[in-house]
Amino acid sequence: MTITATLRRSAAAIALLGALCAGAAEAKTLRWSYQGDATTMDPHGLNETFTLGVQSNIYEPLVGYDEKLQLTPLLAEKWENPEPNKWVFHLRRGVKFHNGSDFTADDVIFSWKRSLTEGSDMKGYGAKASEIRKVDDFTIEVLTKSPNPILPREWVFLYIMDEDWSKQNNTTEATNVKNANQGNYANLNANGTGPFMVAERQPDVRTVLKRNPSYWDKGIRTNVDEVVFTPITQPATRVAALLSGEMDVIQPVPVQDWDRLDQAPGVSPLTGAEARAIFIGMDQARDELLYSNVKGKNPFKDIRVREAVVRAVNLDAINKQIMRGAAVPLGSLIPPELNGYDKSFGEPYKPDPDKAKKLLAEAGYPNGFEVSLDCPNDRYVNDEKVCQAVAGMLARVGIKVNLLAQTKGKYFGKVLAQAGYDTSMYLLGWTAASIDAHNSMLNLASCRNKDTQAGLFNLGGYCNPKVDALTEKVGSETDQGKRNAMIKEAWEIVKADYGYLPLHAQPMSWGVRDGVKVVQRADDVLDLRSVVLP
Amino acid sequence: MAEIQAETRGRLASLADSDLWHSFKGSPVTIASALVALLLVLGALLAPVVAPHNPFDLASLDIMAANLPPVWAEGGDPAYPLGTDDQGRDVLSAILYGARISLLVGFASVLLSILIGVSLGLVSGYVGGRLDAVIMRVADVQLSFPAILIALLIDGAARGLLPRDLHESLALYVLVFAIGFSGWVQYARTVRGATMVESRKEYVQAAQIIGIGPATILRRHILPNVMGPVLVIATIHLAIAIITEATLSFLGVGVPPTSPSLGTLIRFGNEYLFSGQWWISIFPGVVLVLLVLSVNLLGDWLRDALNPRLR
Amino acid sequence: MISFVLQRVLQSVLVILAVALIAFSLFRYVGDPINAMVGQDTTLQQREELKERLGLNDPFVVQYGRFVANAAQGEFGISYRHRRPVSELLAERLPATLELSIVSMVLALALGIPMGVYTALRRDGALAKSFMTMSLVGVSLPTFLIGILLILVFGVILRWLPTFGRGEVVDLGWWSTGLLTRSGLAALIMPAITLALFQMTLIMRLVRAEMLEVLRADFIKFCRARGLPSRLVNFRHALRNTLVPVITITGLQLGSIIAFSIITESVFQWPGMGLLFIQAIGTVDIPVMAAYLCLIALFFVLINLIVDLLYFAVDPRLRVRRGRA
Repeated sequence: MTITATLRRSAAAIALLGALCAGAAEAKTLRWSYQGDATTMDPHGLNETFTLGVQSNIYEPLVGYDEKLQLTPLLAEKWENPEPNKWVFHLRRGVKFHNGSDFTADDVIFSWKRSLTEGSDMKGYGAKASEIRKVDDFTIEVLTKSPNPILPREWVFLYIMDEDWSKQNNTTEATNVKNANQGNYANLNANGTGPFMVAERQPDVRTVLKRNPSYWDKGIRTNVDEVVFTPITQPATRVAALLSGEMDVIQPVPVQDWDRLDQAPGVSPLTGAEARAIFIGMDQARDELLYSNVKGKNPFKDIRVREAVVRAVNLDAINKQIMRGAAVPLGSLIPPELNGYDKSFGEPYKPDPDKAKKLLAEAGYPNGFEVSLDCPNDRYVNDEKVCQAVAGMLARVGIKVNLLAQTKGKYFGKVLAQAGYDTSMYLLGWTAASIDAHNSMLNLASCRNKDTQAGLFNLGGYCNPKVDALTEKVGSETDQGKRNAMIKEAWEIVKADYGYLPLHAQPMSWGVRDGVKVVQRADDVLDLRSVVLP
Repeated sequence: MAEIQAETRGRLASLADSDLWHSFKGSPVTIASALVALLLVLGALLAPVVAPHNPFDLASLDIMAANLPPVWAEGGDPAYPLGTDDQGRDVLSAILYGARISLLVGFASVLLSILIGVSLGLVSGYVGGRLDAVIMRVADVQLSFPAILIALLIDGAARGLLPRDLHESLALYVLVFAIGFSGWVQYARTVRGATMVESRKEYVQAAQIIGIGPATILRRHILPNVMGPVLVIATIHLAIAIITEATLSFLGVGVPPTSPSLGTLIRFGNEYLFSGQWWISIFPGVVLVLLVLSVNLLGDWLRDALNPRLR
Repeated sequence: MISFVLQRVLQSVLVILAVALIAFSLFRYVGDPINAMVGQDTTLQQREELKERLGLNDPFVVQYGRFVANAAQGEFGISYRHRRPVSELLAERLPATLELSIVSMVLALALGIPMGVYTALRRDGALAKSFMTMSLVGVSLPTFLIGILLILVFGVILRWLPTFGRGEVVDLGWWSTGLLTRSGLAALIMPAITLALFQMTLIMRLVRAEMLEVLRADFIKFCRARGLPSRLVNFRHALRNTLVPVITITGLQLGSIIAFSIITESVFQWPGMGLLFIQAIGTVDIPVMAAYLCLIALFFVLINLIVDLLYFAVDPRLRVRRGRA
């Protein structure tokens, strides 16, 4: 009797011990999927949000974004702007790269120089500085050609590499497509200061990240030991992988599948507004539209026609039926998350189809006219469906839209500057990487100028010299109050000109397994520092 | 000339002869297929008359009536018997109009493929030698390109060559040409193989000896004997052509999304399978299956009935 | 025989050259590769420089000549998107595609031929008729819909099979195989069925049609008249004679299964060459597209060569003809 009892007790003890051991040894693994892969591990390889977002867990900038897209000190502890053309950064001490070497000012200078090498896609950021001086191992001075009030913000995606490691592995220049071996090592391997290290990398198939045990910031929340990242291209397959329990976090989820995720046990959708404005532009530059039945003149040069287009479209209906109520209708190209947003230009236009018809008649098109709308079908959330809805609404006031929906490769190959803006009307999305309205003013609302590159993505050629003058001033104004007032004035002008048909800030849409805690940042980046597994 | 006409009339008469009719009457499956096919083709042809709405008229779409379920489900609207899609299009009308486009593209491109493929296959298999080698290597080149890429090329070239205004109106023809042109190789290779076998047979040799010209031999003796496999491929090919068209429109090459075909409707609806709006893809899918099934069953029957050796 | 093979090899080289030529002439229509290679902030001038550096401004004949010259030295260039040698990328992806294709083909043959024979011998049987009808339903739906429906039923609702990827793989030298692990085999089932469905229908219907023809032929009647057992007649004589077109189609279909696994691979996120190619189209990755098309062309000419050689083996009458030519 006693023997059996003892036996039983010790068996229970052994089982308990076993369970404890298993618990301790069991690594917390996050299984994560996105619609594509990070293009490269080279931090200077491609200036694209998702690639940089994945890299931000491995590499770090001087100053980065926190969960609310506010600036937060990372490799620089403090920074100041003592003179208009000079910034000083005080670097964090005691930071080590994944291979154990120390982080110093030399690494910052090396990384800046590397960002200016031939294969780099971060030249634009690197070029913001004309020189970097090393004051001591942990202090640098950055000199700029012209006053730059937002340099720390503009450098949040300029990541710091280890100079010695790069030299050892012959990757002192950014990965280049032309010269095979240049920088190839950093394309597949990484050595940053971030909380995760690359353990396995099969591009497009599988990437495994391991926790960096000696990360400098002990205060980050995450309890993840290992991340297995698998890109899944097809939306339905991605959603299925979440529903079947094979994934913890997937992004994005088609908005129409939210109900399904809500009803399914063990998973839920996670949504919020992204800082990406979706809008429709009209060719106002040519004297005759390329794709229209109106000959000899360009109807979009007439402000009444542009107003008619804007008044014909009901943003709330698009939001309700196509975006399932998750988008934020916009009155300009500036989503609320952006620095400089103001309600005065942010309120959507009031739809008024009757007025639109009247305006068209006044402008000399009582029976409307025909025009082609270029649209991508795999770039933005429900892009093709949004275009179809807009086409339907314009048809109701008499503007017959021929919709040309194509894959992004063909679409961008047609409408962008390189192809000579081959479009009469187009749907485009824009995220200002610096989360600041000036970026959108420069790229979307400035007159096109080949020399200064202003208005590079102003595909319709909207042009108002007043906006240009304000844009230039905003670029070098260091007083935040004055700066925001000028941003407001500029966007009010664009709005009064009916320069664009703004649609909405599109929703971010992730699928998350219950119990997994993640923070959804407004630039659609998953920062692994914030992920907590059950 | 008169001889040929007499001959044709004679053939037509024998077609209408009781033999064929008899075998048709004797097969209930065939009758059912014929009825279904007839119904679908008629529905498609008469779409503007019988459809409750015109789904291609953008101005008539009401986006606030989007995603309505079929009339018998909760929340259904009698104005839209099979529900509406994400744009507020009536699914029933969209199916009727869509079937029209799918049938047109399907039949026209299959005919084009057969025309090119069978002629080249016959010549290649009968003449042999260098000509055969050239045709077959061209076929290899052709086969190495997924149909979708060939269509992209043809579409791109058409866009480059044709004036801008014509793109929209010619989109359908470009599509037929692209799909038809990418499908001929199977016919050519199959017909060539069969022709090589047939042309060694005694009856062909006999015809050669009595001095009948190669064109006549090919047309009158070899062609009827190699048509069995061609019909098998053609019936299945019709399905592929319709589905290829759907895939192409996905790449922005096909018909504009504002006037969707049956395949395009399924492709749109596919995105709503998980979210519960099953009617957007399932109804067009069922119609497509019925269409392909009935065409294939008719094809089977026709093949067996027309081939004297199988009776 | 040897001169025939040599001749075919020479022709094959020409075929591949022609494929590359056509490929290069159509790349201009696929889109602009630069957009996928740089971020939105990259200036027009930098884009132009990149384009110039990549030689994309040269006439396509020059680009083609450069590609051929490099390819002759076994150099297929660097992928624009992956920034890695294309040959390395293709070698990585080849095993996944070949395993999927061969398993699908075996599946299609193993089911298609017996079903074809059965439906020919029992022409009017209920089971034969339902085979004929059911197989058509499978090919009447677009591949993407079949794939999604399979995923929905077996992956999401029943949770029997993984919904994406290749499972665990084992490396055997440079070849990675999923056939040796449980998860690898489980992951193979749905993509293989999706890909095999169409081929199975085609083979079944073809075998049936040919078999019906042969069964009416005189020599079969003689066999029966001689009193040979019907099993021997059906399988030894009749089936053998249906094989010429079946081999043609099977050979062709193996090539096209590899080429057209594109959609299946992208529905199931199967990490093969098709997925690589479709993503290359999306980003206009010209070196990957060119090398992939040439590789597929190589497969086709090889398979066709083998098919033609098999003709000799199966149908002795062809030997006479070739001898004369």
